[in-house]
Amino acid sequence: MEDNDIQKGETLISIKDLAFDFTLRGQTLHALRGISLDIKKGESLAIVGESGSGKSVFVSNLMGLNAQNGHVSGGSIMYRGLDLTKLTTEKEWSEIRGRRIAMIMQDPMTSLNPLKTIGWQISEAVEMHRGLNGEAAKKAVYELLGDVGISNSERRYKQYPYEFSGGMRQRVVIAIALACKPEILICDEPTTALDVTIQAQILGILKRLQEKYELTSIYITHDLGVVADVADRVAVMYAGDIVEVGTCNEVFYDPQHPYTWALLSSLPQLGIKGEQLYSIEGTPPNLFYEVHGDAFASRNPHPLKIDFVKCPPMFEVTPTHFARTWLLDPRSPGVEKPEHIKRLNEKYQELMKKNGESVSGQEPARTALEGAAI
Amino acid sequence: MSDEGNAREKLVEVDNISVQFGKKSRPFTAVDGVSFDIYKGETFGLVGESGSGKTTIGRAIIRVNPISSGEIRFAGKRISGKLSPSEDRQVTKDIQMIFQDPMSSLNERAKVGYIVMEGLYAPGNDCTNEEREQRVIKAMQDVGLPPEFMSRFPHEFSGGQRQRIGIARALVMNPKFIVADEPISALDVSIRAQVLNLLQKLQKEKGLTYLFIAHDLSVVRFICDRIAVIHKGHIVELAESEKLFAHPLHPYTQALLSAISQPDPIAEKNKKLIVYDPSQHHYENDPPVWTEIEDGHFILANQEEIEKYKAEL
Repeated sequence: MEDNDIQKGETLISIKDLAFDFTLRGQTLHALRGISLDIKKGESLAIVGESGSGKSVFVSNLMGLNAQNGHVSGGSIMYRGLDLTKLTTEKEWSEIRGRRIAMIMQDPMTSLNPLKTIGWQISEAVEMHRGLNGEAAKKAVYELLGDVGISNSERRYKQYPYEFSGGMRQRVVIAIALACKPEILICDEPTTALDVTIQAQILGILKRLQEKYELTSIYITHDLGVVADVADRVAVMYAGDIVEVGTCNEVFYDPQHPYTWALLSSLPQLGIKGEQLYSIEGTPPNLFYEVHGDAFASRNPHPLKIDFVKCPPMFEVTPTHFARTWLLDPRSPGVEKPEHIKRLNEKYQELMKKNGESVSGQEPARTALEGAAI
Repeated sequence: MSDEGNAREKLVEVDNISVQFGKKSRPFTAVDGVSFDIYKGETFGLVGESGSGKTTIGRAIIRVNPISSGEIRFAGKRISGKLSPSEDRQVTKDIQMIFQDPMSSLNERAKVGYIVMEGLYAPGNDCTNEEREQRVIKAMQDVGLPPEFMSRFPHEFSGGQRQRIGIARALVMNPKFIVADEPISALDVSIRAQVLNLLQKLQKEKGLTYLFIAHDLSVVRFICDRIAVIHKGHIVELAESEKLFAHPLHPYTQALLSAISQPDPIAEKNKKLIVYDPSQHHYENDPPVWTEIEDGHFILANQEEIEKYKAEL
């Protein structure tokens, strides 16, 4: 593995046409259908999508954690000159897993060992990956506990998970993940199991530590509020594919894909009291079968004819913003955006004007069609 | 709804209730002297963090957790404590519950038809098999499930559909009042909207009254007419939703509101968190009382604080 310096903002992991299949009772389930994405050093990327969209399968590929009945059926994941899809043995993976890429699981209640002290569990990781022993390891653990905002670390070191609240346990899980100074931190729904007030605190800690440890973080979540809080870039997944990717502002204030519109519109935060909340009808396509055309077409309230025939390519909206929808093709008739989305966009334009910045810098890069659609 | 004022009919009256767990000699008080009224036809929200006692209050109203003091009245009649068998049956029928996790609240070994029908087998519900079936079919249609699903098992359904089955099970009893304990927090984002819409539709059609228990304030704001904020077994503030969001007075309410996540990156990144510190209250000599500070806006505060809050209004 090359250990050369990758500067902040340069591509750290390059994923090309990644396809991943599961074999279930003799049938093949296409969990990922050709994902391409570059993850840049130092950024925080959020992957959003409903359950079953493949977001967890996707990041499990970075850690080699997928189930036995799954296999990569195409594409590559290049990380520092190494193709992660080619790794097979546990020995090869142990170089990467934990040491280079660490993960925080969803539920802090089940991801700690109830029979071992907190200190033991953190120092296990420190000893294994950093080769520290005895007092040195203990000191490293104290420092980690301080980093995640657990005071009184000497007493806490000897305590068991049951003596910690949910938020405190999640801090311990973060400390374990950081114990071997990873380069990439994957947070799988880090706050879903927590209360709102605790959620905000944990996200604050994650943001602070990202700077301190120069981490590249990948968040998996279905909570768009969390995404808005932490992410620099957002990738929206649907039925095993990325349908839209862009900077946080682009995806929230100027979304292009009908699925992103639908996700945003169905949030109660944007709903109007007394009125029906927008809800996405139908169910995602069955991934046991080949998906023809645009995977979202059958649930899209205003599909185009071509959506049922041919899968759209990734269209470029701006150099950082891409979306997989035929609406961006110059030949498309365009569709009226939902009210909520227009309102978000207006609000953004206003805010930008107030701040003295102009968003017009983005405008020329968009196609003429876009103007017509709004 | 607010213009009707005091003329509104009170459906549920919770009067100074406390709930204690544990040994008599060393009790743990989960709910401490809580009072509120729920009006007919409204959605009343109960918000708080885990361990604050919100679920305990819901369970006290459906009479799962016995209360240790105070009184709960439903449609003017006392329902806490000992009831005659006929009253007991009536209350069981009138108050139903929707549970949080549709994955674990349905009997995996029973068919959907039986799950929905089970309440109708309770003694006192002497209807014929045919009537039962008709009522189940009606309830299934009300929640948007085709009656054919009656012969299937719960594992064949998605989370959203299972929650609909849970709602149908409550509806089949023709209740007047439903306690919904975090009915959408275990669901996927794309399905939450469907279930929220369904709850609102049913309320309109059947004139139901809801007690909506949740920790997610943005959802509560969307669906509830009035909201009570609960902290460590005490209700600290109660007001109409929009009033509460416009003028949160109690520091704990302010802390909760400041932590709401918005799908708005700019607002979200400039968000200022307020952390609630209970030691800011000086309650040693001047204990707090439950006071109506303006019309329909209640707050738990002592005399000194009331002066301060009044100035803020």
